Amino acid sequence: MVDQNLKIKAENLSIWFDKIHSLKSVNMEVFSNEILGVIGPANSGKSTFLRSLNRLNDLDPKFKIQGHISIEGKDIYRDIEAGHLRKRVGMVFALPIPLPLSIFENVVYGPRRHGIKDKKRLENIVETTLKEAYLWDEVKDRLNNPGMSLSGGQQQRLCLARTLAVEPDIILYDEPCSGLDPISTAKIEEAMLKFKQKYTQILVTNNTKQAARVSDRTAFFLMGELIEVDKTQKIFTNPAHPKTNDYISGRFG
Amino acid sequence: MKYNPYQSEKIAFRLLFFATVLVILPVILIVFIIIQKGISAISWEFLSTMPKMGMREGGIFPAILGTVYLVTGTLIFALPLGVLSAIYLTEYAKDNLLTRLVKLAIINLAGVPSVVYGLFGLGIFVMFFKFGASILAGSLTLAIMVVPIIITTSKEALDSVPRSFREVSLSLGASKWQTIRYSVLPHALPGILTGIILAISRAAGETAPILFTVAAFFIPKLPQSIFDQVMALPYHLYVMSTQVPNVAENIRYGTALVLLVMVLSMNFIAIIVRSKFRKKKKW
Repeated sequence: MVDQNLKIKAENLSIWFDKIHSLKSVNMEVFSNEILGVIGPANSGKSTFLRSLNRLNDLDPKFKIQGHISIEGKDIYRDIEAGHLRKRVGMVFALPIPLPLSIFENVVYGPRRHGIKDKKRLENIVETTLKEAYLWDEVKDRLNNPGMSLSGGQQQRLCLARTLAVEPDIILYDEPCSGLDPISTAKIEEAMLKFKQKYTQILVTNNTKQAARVSDRTAFFLMGELIEVDKTQKIFTNPAHPKTNDYISGRFG
Repeated sequence: MKYNPYQSEKIAFRLLFFATVLVILPVILIVFIIIQKGISAISWEFLSTMPKMGMREGGIFPAILGTVYLVTGTLIFALPLGVLSAIYLTEYAKDNLLTRLVKLAIINLAGVPSVVYGLFGLGIFVMFFKFGASILAGSLTLAIMVVPIIITTSKEALDSVPRSFREVSLSLGASKWQTIRYSVLPHALPGILTGIILAISRAAGETAPILFTVAAFFIPKLPQSIFDQVMALPYHLYVMSTQVPNVAENIRYGTALVLLVMVLSMNFIAIIVRSKFRKKKKW
């Protein structure tokens, strides 16, 4: 059952890129240790919503925001410095993006930037996180090979391990399996389900079946608006809004 | 005669090919003639001794040394200025009027004729700052000339690093500077290096900017400080070809050969660095 501790709260969140209104007064609550699935067609604002939670939208000079986002009661734009926020809120991107470094250096990129220099400690981090991401057995003998030499699925698990290495308590996934084969997808999903003990997770996905498989609650976005959010089972069997029904039954999108 | 598209295409191809060949012809001819006429002058003595008999005999050592000093001095000023402003412009600057003005200024700076730089250097560094005709004044003048080259190539190199690298680094909680330092600069470095090498070869080969600011006709001793004048290869070549009567042809062409080898080998290194980088690049 979902733990009812409030983790993230978005109030009247509106986002513009120049004149394009990408997110229209979204109110959303995310609870500790749940997996929130976010579905919706392209340009529905689901990635924009996700990227506002770790303030990655800030990089776009055209970005404008209204409303509030808070994590455990702290406003992420006023009470927390962006670097500290991103350390707590990890992100896995749609395409696996290993930095052009070795497997080892990819994992310790975050920890090194946060000042960890001790070799033993770094080695520990690499082993623990790669095991958590189900990659350790496949790469333990070649940690010094370039991260880009791995297959796509392995690269994405490497990116997951890299995210875990900075010890976040929230993980955001931006269509993490869109380029992966079913086996790699299964491994990522298995990791996500296991992570529920430690992390709060938000999964943006184009694959409605994936949301149905792993998420506790599911949110449906359309044209920048949050249409509805409810228990996953309810969304997929008896949604309150007809548009949600149309989308999950494949009538559009 | 009936119009035949395949026939006219053939003619067009030949024309294009001919134009392309014409481009490389002068380069080959220049290199060939200079080597043919100058190679007989090249010896260890020519490279390492002072000129004698009013430059009609002896070596060109002070001119080589002068050019090396000038290039070094130029880099000391232009390298940090160019690379740092390129980093600022690509990574930090907001797209506002000032930034656009700066970018426009850089493009225009690259198009200013080199003799104008010389005159500017004379006015500012030699006279206003009272550096006199000196290595310092010459280096600063050359530095202003090559800064646009370094900025433009560095900017290109920084822009070619994928945006996703920056996003990944930031998403892991790294600061903006850490992101630049560890995820952007290492991958832009070969491109930046290419620009620096091109700037070196430009600074080594230019005559006009050093004409009023540093170059000496002939100095019997080597420079002692940055406020001394020096001889420099391009100016030495000009002097020997136009100002001194009866200089043996092979000494003139020998000097040209040395300058040419210095500049071309710099460009060659730049090409190698760039192609190595392209092969390694996997994104």
